[in-house]
Amino acid sequence: MSDSILDNILVPKHVILSEIEANEVLEKLKVKPYQLPKILITDPAIKALNQKVKVGDIVKIIRSSPTAGESVAYRAVIE
Amino acid sequence: MSFLNDNEIDKEMNYLIESNVIPVTIVEQLRVKLKELKITRKELKKVVEEVVREYKNALVEPGEAVGTVAAQSIGEPGTQMTLKTFHYAGAAEFNVTLGLPRLEEILDAKKNPSTPMMEVYLKDDVKHDEEKVKQISQRIELTKIESVAQSVEIDLANMIIKITLDPSLMEDKGVSYNDIKEKLESLHKGDVTVEENIIKFNPDTNDLAQLQQLLQKIQDLTLNGVKGIKRVVIRKEGDEYVISTDGSNLKDVLEIPEVDVKRTTTNHIGEIAEVLGIEAARNAIIREAVNVLEEQGLDVDIRHIMLVADLMTFDGYISQIGRHGISGKKPSVLARAAFEKTVQNLFEASVRGDFDELKGIAENVIIGQTIPVGTGLIGLLMEHSRKEE
Repeated sequence: MSDSILDNILVPKHVILSEIEANEVLEKLKVKPYQLPKILITDPAIKALNQKVKVGDIVKIIRSSPTAGESVAYRAVIE
Repeated sequence: MSFLNDNEIDKEMNYLIESNVIPVTIVEQLRVKLKELKITRKELKKVVEEVVREYKNALVEPGEAVGTVAAQSIGEPGTQMTLKTFHYAGAAEFNVTLGLPRLEEILDAKKNPSTPMMEVYLKDDVKHDEEKVKQISQRIELTKIESVAQSVEIDLANMIIKITLDPSLMEDKGVSYNDIKEKLESLHKGDVTVEENIIKFNPDTNDLAQLQQLLQKIQDLTLNGVKGIKRVVIRKEGDEYVISTDGSNLKDVLEIPEVDVKRTTTNHIGEIAEVLGIEAARNAIIREAVNVLEEQGLDVDIRHIMLVADLMTFDGYISQIGRHGISGKKPSVLARAAFEKTVQNLFEASVRGDFDELKGIAENVIIGQTIPVGTGLIGLLMEHSRKEE
């Protein structure tokens, strides 16, 4: 698995949150999943993670940002 | 009075990062600056306090119309960009779309950009070897029979197709007579004979119309290469060789084992979304837009572009800015009608019996109410009992 697309410079780190973590995030941001940005369940980056993902999961994305150094974003998995 | 040493400053800074009040980049800048100073703990506390206050002052306030500001900040410099489409990058290399037409392509999320290009980086074990890089580039460049032949023609006297090959071209593209023979045989449409640099294709049929069709097919026959890559140029970057391509096919190029998946990229945003995912597409939109603006010598804050990229990738796929994308998804009928296709929007809305909640800006401007921006965003509730006291 040395040639994963996840290594590409354009792809930030994707982490799939457990249900408990996801609820914490939603609580903290005071949002419902439908208000979050979306990510398709067929997204190549999600597939490359090789983990079990279901619709409704929350993905934590750790972007490297030129303005903030590191910024965290969340996306809700949809079909 | 004792001054803090570097270790103590580091400790304070790490604590600051953990507490998550200001971004890491600012903390790092602060760390460097503080280490240059002789400073007491009390002073450090004051400095940090001041920095945090300044940071919070600089933040966007609730109700700020960031979208409008972003649109203006990208739109105004856009008026100063060149309208000319093409520009030759480097000496006698590729022409690339730049300036306003390219910015339009990016924001309209065009499925087929006019000048797709790739930068193919190679893995460590081959990237310094010019010979090997050349071989790989031959495997990437799309080669048809047409491109290695002097002529492909029908010999009417013998009812055969005669292909006259150009040996120097063949060597350049890295194909052999045998490759071509095998390809022709795999058509199963006739016999193939090789005579020096002429290949004769004797088809089973004698019908001229069919022969014409076959000629077309043979001219377009792919010998090797990746679909969509029209031309390759090997470039030296530092001490390694990099392949630039005219045309783009990220998916197939990444499957070549020698290609470095980590750094290889394309300017085709749609392909990036398809192969690397929506987050990579977001980064690509930012990168491409910043490149266009910078190349024109325009200084647009990257935050505006990030906002646009965030919006374009919000739904998990790329949507364009215009009527078929973000503007078309506005819930308000009046806002959509104010943008484009006024009559059609109003007509369809009336047929459906749509309802406008008047929550956005455009619709409130139209009917002459306070727009929900800035202080207008806040509603006031009054307790009657208190008033009477």
